[in-house]
Amino acid sequence: MSDLTKLTIAEAREGLKKKEFSSVELTKAYIEKMEANRKLNAFVLETPEIALAQAKISDEKYAKGTNGILEGIPLGIKDLFCTKGIRTTACSHILDGFEPQYESTVTGKLLEAGASILGKLNLDEFAMGGSNETSYYGPVINPHKAKDSDADLVAGGSSGGSAAAVAADMCAGATGTDTGGSIRQPAAFCGVTGIKPTYGRCSRYGIIAFASSLDQAGPIAKDVRDCAIMLNAMAGYDPKDSTSAKIAVPDFESFLGQNIKGLKVGIPAEYRPDGLNAEISKLWDDGIAKLKEQGAEIVDISLPHTKYALAAYYIIAPAEASSNLARYDGLRYGLRVPGEHLDNMYINSRTEGFGKEVKRRIMIGTYVLSAGYYDAYYLKAQKVRRLIREDFIKAFEKCDVILTPTAPVAAFPIGDKSMQENPINMWLNDVFTVSVNLAGLPGMSLPFGVNAQGLPLGLQLIGKAFDEGTIFKTASALMTEKK
Amino acid sequence: MAIDNETVKRVAFLSRLKIEDDKLEETKEEFNKILNWVEQLNEVNTDGVEPLISVNDSNLLLRHDEVTEGNQADAVLKNAPQAQYGYFTVPKVVE
Repeated sequence: MSDLTKLTIAEAREGLKKKEFSSVELTKAYIEKMEANRKLNAFVLETPEIALAQAKISDEKYAKGTNGILEGIPLGIKDLFCTKGIRTTACSHILDGFEPQYESTVTGKLLEAGASILGKLNLDEFAMGGSNETSYYGPVINPHKAKDSDADLVAGGSSGGSAAAVAADMCAGATGTDTGGSIRQPAAFCGVTGIKPTYGRCSRYGIIAFASSLDQAGPIAKDVRDCAIMLNAMAGYDPKDSTSAKIAVPDFESFLGQNIKGLKVGIPAEYRPDGLNAEISKLWDDGIAKLKEQGAEIVDISLPHTKYALAAYYIIAPAEASSNLARYDGLRYGLRVPGEHLDNMYINSRTEGFGKEVKRRIMIGTYVLSAGYYDAYYLKAQKVRRLIREDFIKAFEKCDVILTPTAPVAAFPIGDKSMQENPINMWLNDVFTVSVNLAGLPGMSLPFGVNAQGLPLGLQLIGKAFDEGTIFKTASALMTEKK
Repeated sequence: MAIDNETVKRVAFLSRLKIEDDKLEETKEEFNKILNWVEQLNEVNTDGVEPLISVNDSNLLLRHDEVTEGNQADAVLKNAPQAQYGYFTVPKVVE
């Protein structure tokens, strides 16, 4: 039998339906891959027994014809999603041994659709990072290497485990979350496909919160169709999340292969700053040409406040994080470090439990929310956020979808000095992705090419709010005869 | 708006985090670098702009004020590092 882990979800589903192989066989193939690739550090917890037990049930369902839309498909779950009875840590020391007593809505929906859980995937601590190097469990290693170097490269972040596991065929697909680019940037670095849907499209219930007005769950998978299949299962209104949208979810798969003749594709001038990497600039031009060939109309647009998105983000996201992470007090779950008085116990637990980047962001957030500075920083950032959103609203009067690069660079070596020395250098990796979160829009990263070193580069499609359909349509046109 | 060591200490305490004295200077410098960088927002004219708190266009929905998932005390306490008699326990706060 050929290597089952090479199949896309769509192909595996066909094979299962036709009884060419069983879900148990498929799951065993993935478990072998998962174990063989442990050096990548993509999984922080493997749950092969759980996956196999689920696979047995799936095989029975196929026999009875009661299979769900993801029946028997083994997935990896970012360790930011609460999974009932399965350790969930956000890759932070402070959540040592935490076993959620409930299931996140998104993982619950995937399980209900018949998917199985192979394990929990590595991420930057509390999803704060762009290289997966802030994880308490250590960095994820990118399955790709540069042609003329043996150096281990980062998988991107924060969903680095998800992107690397999909790229190395360690799972059929994975969940991710994206607050400033955490699905799209690692997908680009690892040469896989990932979509952050519109804010409100997927329920945030049971996802460990980082910045609640920006966080959104989405799939990372082998191709555009697999992302559509997974998002179909993940999306939908949830009364348990007051910010989830009461808007009908279309069948995302139905947009694939639709004609793009006359589709207006916006190209924002501000995403091509002086000094943009020549290979990335070329990749973007190739993408534009490919859409043009198929009848799309290319429209020049302007998003004038792009330049300020990162600064606004690094006020708003830490502010929300400082509030969300106040709950880690050593009392109710996770790590507790004793202290003589209550305050000492809080301080000792938090000081030992949080890593450097998380502490940095908690403190920035606390500062910008503190009396006397609130207006100058937090309120100012929220005003700029509105201007960024209005830029997009105006741009979408002229176009249907926007095409940009996903990230300004390809994967870089683990322990890169300039990024370790100055956190702002690391944050700059999100320059093309972060506006999308501030505006609450959907964005998808596609593995459109490689650089001279053979490293994957991504292109990003940005859609109107709740118009992931147009993204899927454009993505399938962009990726035709390219896999 | 450069900040001093005292402010760093105060922010650390508000965050319930401890910064060792020999790390204060380094933390302050890093903090100032970041604040300097975000202050580029002052270049943007935001006169008359409403702050954007949520990208949701719809209002939050109301629901009836009723128990939906009650009687879960054991599950709530399951992950507590220390619990006794059905409560979380804390260091003594009253003499």
